[in-house]
Amino acid sequence: MKIVVDMNVCQDHGQCVFAAPEIFSLDDDGHLVYQSDVDEALREKAEDAADVCPLQAIVVED
Amino acid sequence: MTQRIVIVGASLGGLRAAEALRAQHFAGEIVVIGDEVHAPYNRPPLSKEVLADQVSHEAVAFRQRASVSDVIWHLGDAAQSLSGTTVTTQSGTRFDADGVVIATGIRPRTIPLAGAASRRMTLRTLDDAVALRKRLQPGAKVLVVGAGFIGCEVAATATTLGCQVSVVAVDEEPMIRPLAVSFGAALRQRHEARGVTFHLGAGIQAIDETPEGAAATLDDGTQLEASVIVEAIGSIPNVEWLEGQGFDLTDGVLCDNDMRVIGGEHVVAVGDVARFPNPLFDDAPRRIEHWNIPTDTARRAVTTLLGDLGLGEGSKESFTPMPAFWSDQFDLRLQAFGLPGLAGNEPSDVTIECGDLSGDVVVAYRNHGRLVGIVGIGFNKELQALRAEIGMAR
Repeated sequence: MKIVVDMNVCQDHGQCVFAAPEIFSLDDDGHLVYQSDVDEALREKAEDAADVCPLQAIVVED
Repeated sequence: MTQRIVIVGASLGGLRAAEALRAQHFAGEIVVIGDEVHAPYNRPPLSKEVLADQVSHEAVAFRQRASVSDVIWHLGDAAQSLSGTTVTTQSGTRFDADGVVIATGIRPRTIPLAGAASRRMTLRTLDDAVALRKRLQPGAKVLVVGAGFIGCEVAATATTLGCQVSVVAVDEEPMIRPLAVSFGAALRQRHEARGVTFHLGAGIQAIDETPEGAAATLDDGTQLEASVIVEAIGSIPNVEWLEGQGFDLTDGVLCDNDMRVIGGEHVVAVGDVARFPNPLFDDAPRRIEHWNIPTDTARRAVTTLLGDLGLGEGSKESFTPMPAFWSDQFDLRLQAFGLPGLAGNEPSDVTIECGDLSGDVVVAYRNHGRLVGIVGIGFNKELQALRAEIGMAR
Protein backbone atom coordinates (compact mmCIF):
# COMPACT_ATOMS: atom_id res chain seq x y z
CA MET A 1 0.00 0.00 0.00
CA LYS A 2 1.30 3.46 -0.89
CA ILE A 3 0.68 6.75 0.89
CA VAL A 4 0.79 9.97 -1.12
CA VAL A 5 0.51 13.37 0.56
CA ASP A 6 0.12 16.47 -1.58
CA MET A 7 2.79 18.56 0.15
CA ASN A 8 1.61 21.67 -1.72
CA VAL A 9 -1.67 21.34 0.14
CA CYS A 10 -0.46 20.02 3.53
CA GLN A 11 -0.41 22.67 6.26
CA ASP A 12 1.11 20.54 9.02
CA HIS A 13 -2.04 20.33 11.13
CA GLY A 14 -0.77 17.05 12.55
CA GLN A 15 -4.15 15.32 12.72
CA CYS A 16 -2.69 12.38 10.76
CA VAL A 17 0.12 12.07 13.30
CA PHE A 18 -2.41 11.38 16.01
CA ALA A 19 -4.44 9.04 13.81
CA ALA A 20 -1.50 6.99 12.52
CA PRO A 21 1.78 7.72 14.34
CA GLU A 22 3.28 4.62 12.72
CA ILE A 23 3.14 6.40 9.35
CA PHE A 24 3.16 10.15 10.00
CA SER A 25 5.26 12.41 12.21
CA LEU A 26 6.38 16.02 12.52
CA ASP A 27 10.06 16.89 12.23
CA ASP A 28 11.95 19.28 14.51
CA ASP A 29 10.55 22.24 12.56
CA GLY A 30 6.98 21.00 12.91
CA HIS A 31 6.73 19.88 9.27
CA LEU A 32 5.14 16.63 8.16
CA VAL A 33 7.25 13.61 7.30
CA TYR A 34 5.75 10.24 6.39
CA GLN A 35 6.47 6.78 5.07
CA SER A 36 5.23 6.20 1.55
CA ASP A 37 5.47 2.39 1.52
CA VAL A 38 3.33 1.04 4.32
CA ASP A 39 2.43 -2.47 5.42
CA GLU A 40 -1.09 -3.59 4.49
CA ALA A 41 -1.83 -4.19 8.19
CA LEU A 42 -1.90 -0.42 8.69
CA ARG A 43 -4.55 0.20 6.01
CA GLU A 44 -7.33 1.10 8.45
CA LYS A 45 -5.08 3.56 10.28
CA ALA A 46 -3.93 5.07 7.00
CA GLU A 47 -7.56 5.52 5.91
CA ASP A 48 -8.33 7.10 9.28
CA ALA A 49 -5.46 9.54 8.79
CA ALA A 50 -6.74 10.44 5.33
CA ASP A 51 -10.21 11.04 6.79
CA VAL A 52 -9.04 13.44 9.49
CA CYS A 53 -6.75 15.55 7.30
CA PRO A 54 -8.36 19.02 7.29
CA LEU A 55 -6.91 19.71 3.86
CA GLN A 56 -7.81 16.26 2.52
CA ALA A 57 -4.24 16.02 1.25
CA ILE A 58 -3.65 12.31 1.95
CA VAL A 59 -4.36 9.59 -0.59
CA VAL A 60 -4.06 5.88 0.22
CA GLU A 61 -3.25 3.94 -2.95
CA ASP A 62 -3.46 0.19 -3.46
CA MET B 1 -34.81 -9.50 6.63
CA THR B 2 -32.17 -7.01 5.58
CA GLN B 3 -31.55 -4.41 8.22
CA ARG B 4 -31.48 -0.74 7.36
CA ILE B 5 -29.82 2.28 8.94
CA VAL B 6 -30.98 5.72 7.82
CA ILE B 7 -28.53 8.60 8.15
CA VAL B 8 -30.16 12.01 8.01
CA GLY B 9 -27.69 14.60 6.76
CA ALA B 10 -25.34 14.18 3.79
CA SER B 11 -22.35 16.24 4.82
CA LEU B 12 -19.15 15.21 6.58
CA GLY B 13 -20.91 13.61 9.58
CA GLY B 14 -23.30 11.61 7.40
CA LEU B 15 -20.53 10.35 5.14
CA ARG B 16 -18.32 9.37 8.07
CA ALA B 17 -21.23 7.57 9.72
CA ALA B 18 -21.82 5.53 6.54
CA GLU B 19 -18.13 4.68 6.34
CA ALA B 20 -18.04 3.77 10.02
CA LEU B 21 -21.03 1.45 9.59
CA ARG B 22 -19.15 -0.47 6.91
CA ALA B 23 -15.85 -0.35 8.82
CA GLN B 24 -17.68 -1.82 11.83
CA HIS B 25 -19.13 -4.63 9.67
CA PHE B 26 -22.74 -3.51 9.27
CA ALA B 27 -23.86 -5.50 6.21
CA GLY B 28 -27.38 -4.12 5.83
CA GLU B 29 -28.73 -1.26 3.77
CA ILE B 30 -27.56 2.30 4.36
CA VAL B 31 -29.64 5.26 3.21
CA VAL B 32 -28.30 8.82 3.47
CA ILE B 33 -30.86 11.63 3.22
CA GLY B 34 -29.66 15.15 2.40
CA ASP B 35 -31.33 18.48 1.76
CA GLU B 36 -28.63 19.65 -0.64
CA VAL B 37 -28.33 18.12 -4.10
CA HIS B 38 -24.55 17.72 -3.75
CA ALA B 39 -22.66 14.66 -2.56
CA PRO B 40 -20.73 15.35 0.66
CA TYR B 41 -18.12 18.08 0.36
CA ASN B 42 -15.67 19.91 2.58
CA ARG B 43 -17.04 23.21 3.91
CA PRO B 44 -14.01 25.03 5.41
CA PRO B 45 -12.54 26.00 1.99
CA LEU B 46 -15.80 27.78 1.15
CA SER B 47 -14.74 30.82 3.17
CA LYS B 48 -11.04 30.44 2.39
CA GLU B 49 -9.16 29.31 -0.71
CA VAL B 50 -12.17 28.13 -2.68
CA LEU B 51 -13.98 31.43 -2.22
CA ALA B 52 -10.86 33.19 -3.45
CA ASP B 53 -10.64 30.94 -6.51
CA GLN B 54 -13.31 29.31 -8.65
CA VAL B 55 -15.92 27.59 -6.54
CA SER B 56 -16.85 24.11 -7.76
CA HIS B 57 -18.04 20.84 -6.29
CA GLU B 58 -15.02 19.02 -7.73
CA ALA B 59 -12.72 21.27 -5.70
CA VAL B 60 -14.31 20.37 -2.39
CA ALA B 61 -16.01 16.95 -2.80
CA PHE B 62 -14.92 14.34 -0.27
CA ARG B 63 -13.23 11.24 -1.56
CA GLN B 64 -15.42 8.32 -0.53
CA ARG B 65 -14.16 4.96 0.63
CA ALA B 66 -14.97 2.06 -1.69
CA SER B 67 -16.90 0.47 1.19
CA VAL B 68 -19.72 3.00 0.78
CA SER B 69 -20.24 2.54 -2.97
CA ASP B 70 -23.54 0.75 -2.30
CA VAL B 71 -24.98 3.45 -0.05
CA ILE B 72 -28.31 4.84 -1.26
CA TRP B 73 -28.06 8.62 -1.51
CA HIS B 74 -31.43 10.37 -1.27
CA LEU B 75 -30.40 13.96 -1.99
CA GLY B 76 -32.21 17.26 -2.52
CA ASP B 77 -35.05 16.23 -0.21
CA ALA B 78 -34.76 17.26 3.43
CA ALA B 79 -36.12 15.15 6.29
CA GLN B 80 -39.41 16.51 7.55
CA SER B 81 -40.15 14.33 10.54
CA LEU B 82 -39.03 11.43 12.68
CA SER B 83 -41.33 8.92 14.35
CA GLY B 84 -39.52 6.22 16.31
CA THR B 85 -37.02 5.12 13.68
CA THR B 86 -39.08 6.12 10.65
CA VAL B 87 -37.98 9.18 8.71
CA THR B 88 -40.30 11.05 6.35
CA THR B 89 -38.94 13.61 3.90
CA GLN B 90 -40.44 16.82 2.56
CA SER B 91 -41.42 15.03 -0.66
CA GLY B 92 -43.37 12.50 1.43
CA THR B 93 -40.92 9.64 0.97
CA ARG B 94 -40.92 7.37 4.01
CA PHE B 95 -37.93 5.37 5.21
CA ASP B 96 -38.48 2.73 7.89
CA ALA B 97 -35.24 1.88 9.65
CA ASP B 98 -33.73 -0.23 12.40
CA GLY B 99 -31.60 2.69 13.50
CA VAL B 100 -31.28 6.40 12.73
CA VAL B 101 -28.20 8.62 12.70
CA ILE B 102 -29.01 12.33 13.06
CA ALA B 103 -26.46 14.42 11.15
CA THR B 104 -28.50 17.44 10.07
CA GLY B 105 -25.97 20.02 11.21
CA ILE B 106 -26.64 23.72 11.43
CA ARG B 107 -27.69 26.65 9.27
CA PRO B 108 -26.63 30.29 9.52
CA ARG B 109 -28.47 32.59 11.85
CA THR B 110 -29.66 35.73 10.08
CA ILE B 111 -30.28 39.30 11.19
CA PRO B 112 -33.90 39.64 12.31
CA LEU B 113 -34.51 42.72 10.16
CA ALA B 114 -36.23 43.03 6.79
CA GLY B 115 -34.78 45.03 3.90
CA ALA B 116 -32.49 44.72 0.88
CA ALA B 117 -33.06 40.97 0.71
CA SER B 118 -31.39 40.64 -2.69
CA ARG B 119 -28.14 42.06 -1.29
CA ARG B 120 -27.93 39.83 1.76
CA MET B 121 -26.13 36.52 1.85
CA THR B 122 -24.98 33.85 4.26
CA LEU B 123 -22.19 31.32 3.81
CA ARG B 124 -22.74 27.70 4.72
CA THR B 125 -23.27 25.72 1.53
CA LEU B 126 -21.53 25.33 -1.79
CA ASP B 127 -24.40 27.16 -3.48
CA ASP B 128 -23.97 30.02 -0.99
CA ALA B 129 -20.27 30.23 -1.89
CA VAL B 130 -20.98 30.23 -5.63
CA ALA B 131 -23.48 33.09 -5.20
CA LEU B 132 -21.20 35.08 -2.90
CA ARG B 133 -18.16 34.66 -5.14
CA LYS B 134 -20.00 36.40 -8.00
CA ARG B 135 -20.55 39.45 -5.81
CA LEU B 136 -16.94 39.79 -4.67
CA GLN B 137 -15.77 41.88 -7.60
CA PRO B 138 -12.80 44.27 -7.29
CA GLY B 139 -13.98 47.54 -5.82
CA ALA B 140 -17.22 46.10 -4.47
CA LYS B 141 -18.23 47.39 -1.05
CA VAL B 142 -18.71 44.39 1.20
CA LEU B 143 -20.24 44.60 4.66
CA VAL B 144 -19.61 41.58 6.88
CA VAL B 145 -21.86 41.35 9.92
CA GLY B 146 -20.28 39.25 12.65
CA ALA B 147 -16.61 39.02 13.60
CA GLY B 148 -16.26 35.33 14.37
CA PHE B 149 -14.05 33.02 12.34
CA ILE B 150 -16.35 32.87 9.29
CA GLY B 151 -16.84 36.64 9.26
CA CYS B 152 -13.12 37.30 9.57
CA GLU B 153 -12.25 34.74 6.90
CA VAL B 154 -14.77 36.24 4.46
CA ALA B 155 -13.45 39.73 5.26
CA ALA B 156 -9.88 38.62 4.54
CA THR B 157 -10.78 36.73 1.36
CA ALA B 158 -12.91 39.59 0.01
CA THR B 159 -10.15 42.11 0.75
CA THR B 160 -7.65 39.92 -1.07
CA LEU B 161 -10.04 39.89 -4.05
CA GLY B 162 -9.94 43.69 -4.13
CA CYS B 163 -13.18 44.48 -2.32
CA GLN B 164 -13.59 47.30 0.20
CA VAL B 165 -14.55 45.46 3.37
CA SER B 166 -16.17 46.66 6.60
CA VAL B 167 -16.94 44.37 9.52
CA VAL B 168 -19.71 45.18 12.01
CA ALA B 169 -20.08 43.23 15.24
CA VAL B 170 -21.59 43.65 18.67
CA ASP B 171 -18.43 42.18 20.20
CA GLU B 172 -15.62 44.29 21.57
CA GLU B 173 -13.01 42.53 19.42
CA PRO B 174 -13.11 39.96 16.60
CA MET B 175 -13.17 36.28 17.58
CA ILE B 176 -13.37 37.41 21.19
CA ARG B 177 -15.26 34.45 22.59
CA PRO B 178 -12.78 31.76 21.74
CA LEU B 179 -9.61 33.87 21.63
CA ALA B 180 -10.09 36.52 24.40
CA VAL B 181 -9.66 40.28 24.06
CA SER B 182 -5.87 40.47 23.75
CA PHE B 183 -5.54 37.99 20.89
CA GLY B 184 -8.66 39.30 19.17
CA ALA B 185 -7.31 42.86 19.27
CA ALA B 186 -3.99 41.74 17.82
CA LEU B 187 -5.74 39.99 14.95
CA ARG B 188 -7.95 43.03 14.34
CA GLN B 189 -4.84 45.15 13.92
CA ARG B 190 -3.51 42.70 11.36
CA HIS B 191 -6.78 42.92 9.44
CA GLU B 192 -6.77 46.73 9.65
CA ALA B 193 -3.22 46.87 8.33
CA ARG B 194 -4.50 45.11 5.21
CA GLY B 195 -7.42 47.48 4.73
CA VAL B 196 -10.37 46.00 6.64
CA THR B 197 -12.47 48.54 8.59
CA PHE B 198 -14.07 47.44 11.87
CA HIS B 199 -17.15 48.81 13.61
CA LEU B 200 -17.15 46.97 16.93
CA GLY B 201 -19.53 47.11 19.85
CA ALA B 202 -22.13 48.07 17.26
CA GLY B 203 -25.55 46.66 16.51
CA ILE B 204 -27.54 47.15 13.31
CA GLN B 205 -30.78 49.10 13.56
CA ALA B 206 -31.95 48.97 9.97
CA ILE B 207 -31.04 47.66 6.54
CA ASP B 208 -32.42 49.56 3.56
CA GLU B 209 -32.31 49.19 -0.20
CA THR B 210 -30.44 52.01 -1.97
CA PRO B 211 -29.79 52.75 -5.65
CA GLU B 212 -26.26 51.34 -5.28
CA GLY B 213 -27.26 48.36 -3.18
CA ALA B 214 -27.92 48.47 0.51
CA ALA B 215 -27.24 50.65 3.52
CA ALA B 216 -26.96 49.45 7.09
CA THR B 217 -27.68 51.87 9.91
CA LEU B 218 -25.78 51.23 13.14
CA ASP B 219 -26.90 52.01 16.69
CA ASP B 220 -24.99 55.29 16.70
CA GLY B 221 -26.54 56.41 13.43
CA THR B 222 -23.55 55.56 11.25
CA GLN B 223 -24.63 54.52 7.75
CA LEU B 224 -22.60 51.93 5.87
CA GLU B 225 -23.16 51.47 2.14
CA ALA B 226 -22.60 48.05 0.62
CA SER B 227 -23.26 46.18 -2.58
CA VAL B 228 -23.39 42.96 -0.59
CA ILE B 229 -23.99 42.19 3.08
CA VAL B 230 -22.66 38.90 4.45
CA GLU B 231 -24.41 37.73 7.61
CA ALA B 232 -22.04 35.67 9.74
CA ILE B 233 -23.60 35.94 13.18
CA GLY B 234 -23.64 32.31 14.23
CA SER B 235 -25.73 29.24 13.62
CA ILE B 236 -29.01 27.50 14.36
CA PRO B 237 -29.09 23.68 14.76
CA ASN B 238 -31.38 21.90 12.30
CA VAL B 239 -33.63 20.10 14.79
CA GLU B 240 -37.15 21.19 13.83
CA TRP B 241 -37.80 17.83 12.14
CA LEU B 242 -37.16 16.09 15.49
CA GLU B 243 -39.97 17.80 17.38
CA GLY B 244 -42.57 15.64 19.11
CA GLN B 245 -40.21 12.79 19.95
CA GLY B 246 -39.54 13.78 23.56
CA PHE B 247 -35.95 14.79 22.81
CA ASP B 248 -34.28 17.77 24.48
CA LEU B 249 -33.86 20.14 21.52
CA THR B 250 -32.42 23.05 23.48
CA ASP B 251 -29.47 24.10 21.29
CA GLY B 252 -29.11 20.95 19.21
CA VAL B 253 -30.22 17.47 20.23
CA LEU B 254 -29.12 16.28 23.66
CA CYS B 255 -27.04 13.08 23.68
CA ASP B 256 -25.24 11.04 26.29
CA ASN B 257 -21.50 10.52 26.17
CA ASP B 258 -21.99 7.61 23.72
CA MET B 259 -23.85 9.89 21.25
CA ARG B 260 -27.14 8.15 22.03
CA VAL B 261 -30.04 10.63 21.73
CA ILE B 262 -31.65 10.87 25.16
CA GLY B 263 -35.31 9.91 24.91
CA GLY B 264 -34.83 7.91 21.71
CA GLU B 265 -34.35 4.25 20.99
CA HIS B 266 -31.79 3.27 18.35
CA VAL B 267 -31.28 6.92 17.52
CA VAL B 268 -27.83 8.55 17.70
CA ALA B 269 -26.55 11.97 16.65
CA VAL B 270 -23.27 13.24 15.24
CA GLY B 271 -21.52 16.45 14.30
CA ASP B 272 -22.56 20.08 14.77
CA VAL B 273 -26.15 19.25 15.75
CA ALA B 274 -25.26 16.93 18.65
CA ARG B 275 -24.99 18.32 22.19
CA PHE B 276 -23.00 15.89 24.28
CA PRO B 277 -20.78 15.86 27.37
CA ASN B 278 -17.04 15.58 26.78
CA PRO B 279 -15.22 14.45 29.97
CA LEU B 280 -11.99 15.78 28.51
CA PHE B 281 -13.33 19.11 29.83
CA ASP B 282 -16.30 18.57 32.16
CA ASP B 283 -19.75 16.99 32.29
CA ALA B 284 -21.65 19.86 30.61
CA PRO B 285 -23.22 18.82 27.31
CA ARG B 286 -22.35 21.21 24.49
CA ARG B 287 -22.31 21.34 20.74
CA ILE B 288 -18.89 21.62 19.13
CA GLU B 289 -18.78 23.18 15.66
CA HIS B 290 -15.26 22.09 14.85
CA TRP B 291 -14.18 20.21 11.77
CA ASN B 292 -12.96 16.97 13.33
CA ILE B 293 -16.02 16.47 15.51
CA PRO B 294 -18.30 14.97 12.82
CA THR B 295 -15.71 12.28 12.11
CA ASP B 296 -15.01 11.50 15.77
CA THR B 297 -18.67 11.50 16.82
CA ALA B 298 -19.73 9.44 13.78
CA ARG B 299 -17.40 6.60 14.71
CA ARG B 300 -18.53 6.59 18.32
CA ALA B 301 -22.23 6.95 17.45
CA VAL B 302 -22.03 4.00 15.07
CA THR B 303 -20.28 1.86 17.69
CA THR B 304 -23.08 2.73 20.13
CA LEU B 305 -25.88 2.13 17.64
CA LEU B 306 -24.55 -1.24 16.47
CA GLY B 307 -24.06 -2.27 20.10
CA ASP B 308 -27.62 -1.29 21.01
CA LEU B 309 -28.93 -3.22 17.99
CA GLY B 310 -27.03 -6.33 19.10
CA LEU B 311 -24.73 -6.06 16.07
CA GLY B 312 -21.61 -5.02 17.95
CA GLU B 313 -19.96 -4.77 21.32
CA GLY B 314 -20.46 -1.04 21.92
CA SER B 315 -17.75 0.76 23.85
CA LYS B 316 -17.18 1.05 27.57
CA GLU B 317 -14.48 3.69 27.27
CA SER B 318 -15.29 7.31 27.99
CA PHE B 319 -15.60 9.31 24.75
CA THR B 320 -13.23 12.31 24.89
CA PRO B 321 -12.71 13.74 21.40
CA MET B 322 -10.16 16.55 21.09
CA PRO B 323 -11.68 19.50 19.20
CA ALA B 324 -9.39 20.79 16.46
CA PHE B 325 -9.93 23.79 14.23
CA TRP B 326 -8.08 26.25 12.10
CA SER B 327 -8.66 29.53 10.35
CA ASP B 328 -6.92 31.17 7.39
CA GLN B 329 -7.05 34.96 7.31
CA PHE B 330 -4.75 36.66 4.81
CA ASP B 331 -1.35 35.02 5.28
CA LEU B 332 -2.19 34.12 8.88
CA ARG B 333 -2.97 30.53 9.72
CA LEU B 334 -4.44 29.92 13.14
CA GLN B 335 -4.42 26.39 14.46
CA ALA B 336 -6.26 25.45 17.61
CA PHE B 337 -6.96 22.47 19.83
CA GLY B 338 -9.37 22.07 22.70
CA LEU B 339 -11.99 24.64 23.66
CA PRO B 340 -10.24 27.97 24.35
CA GLY B 341 -13.66 29.54 24.91
CA LEU B 342 -13.84 27.66 28.23
CA ALA B 343 -10.98 29.73 29.67
CA GLY B 344 -11.63 31.40 33.00
CA ASN B 345 -11.75 35.16 33.53
CA GLU B 346 -8.51 35.54 35.52
CA PRO B 347 -5.62 37.32 33.77
CA SER B 348 -3.53 34.19 34.36
CA ASP B 349 -6.05 32.07 32.44
CA VAL B 350 -4.85 33.33 29.04
CA THR B 351 -1.08 33.23 28.63
CA ILE B 352 1.40 33.59 25.81
CA GLU B 353 3.49 30.40 25.76
CA CYS B 354 5.90 31.51 23.06
CA GLY B 355 6.31 34.32 20.54
CA ASP B 356 4.20 37.47 20.79
CA LEU B 357 0.80 38.60 19.60
CA SER B 358 2.13 40.73 16.76
CA GLY B 359 3.82 37.76 15.08
CA ASP B 360 3.98 34.01 15.45
CA VAL B 361 2.56 33.03 18.80
CA VAL B 362 1.13 30.23 20.93
CA VAL B 363 -1.59 31.21 23.40
CA ALA B 364 -2.77 28.84 26.14
CA TYR B 365 -6.21 28.96 27.76
CA ARG B 366 -6.80 27.60 31.27
CA ASN B 367 -9.65 27.20 33.68
CA HIS B 368 -8.82 26.61 37.35
CA GLY B 369 -5.34 25.54 36.37
CA ARG B 370 -6.41 23.03 33.72
CA LEU B 371 -5.35 23.63 30.15
CA VAL B 372 -8.57 23.79 28.09
CA GLY B 373 -7.34 25.11 24.76
CA ILE B 374 -4.37 26.28 22.71
CA VAL B 375 -4.23 28.51 19.65
CA GLY B 376 -1.16 29.14 17.58
CA ILE B 377 0.17 31.02 14.60
CA GLY B 378 3.36 29.27 13.54
CA PHE B 379 5.30 27.41 16.29
CA ASN B 380 3.70 24.17 15.16
CA LYS B 381 6.01 21.92 17.14
CA GLU B 382 5.38 23.80 20.38
CA LEU B 383 1.65 23.80 19.68
CA GLN B 384 1.54 20.07 19.03
CA ALA B 385 3.49 19.40 22.23
CA LEU B 386 0.98 21.39 24.30
CA ARG B 387 -1.93 19.56 22.71
CA ALA B 388 -1.18 16.47 24.78
CA GLU B 389 -1.65 18.47 27.99
CA ILE B 390 -5.18 19.65 27.22
CA GLY B 391 -7.59 18.49 29.90
CA MET B 392 -4.79 17.75 32.39
CA ALA B 393 -4.16 19.71 35.57
CA ARG B 394 -1.07 21.88 35.38
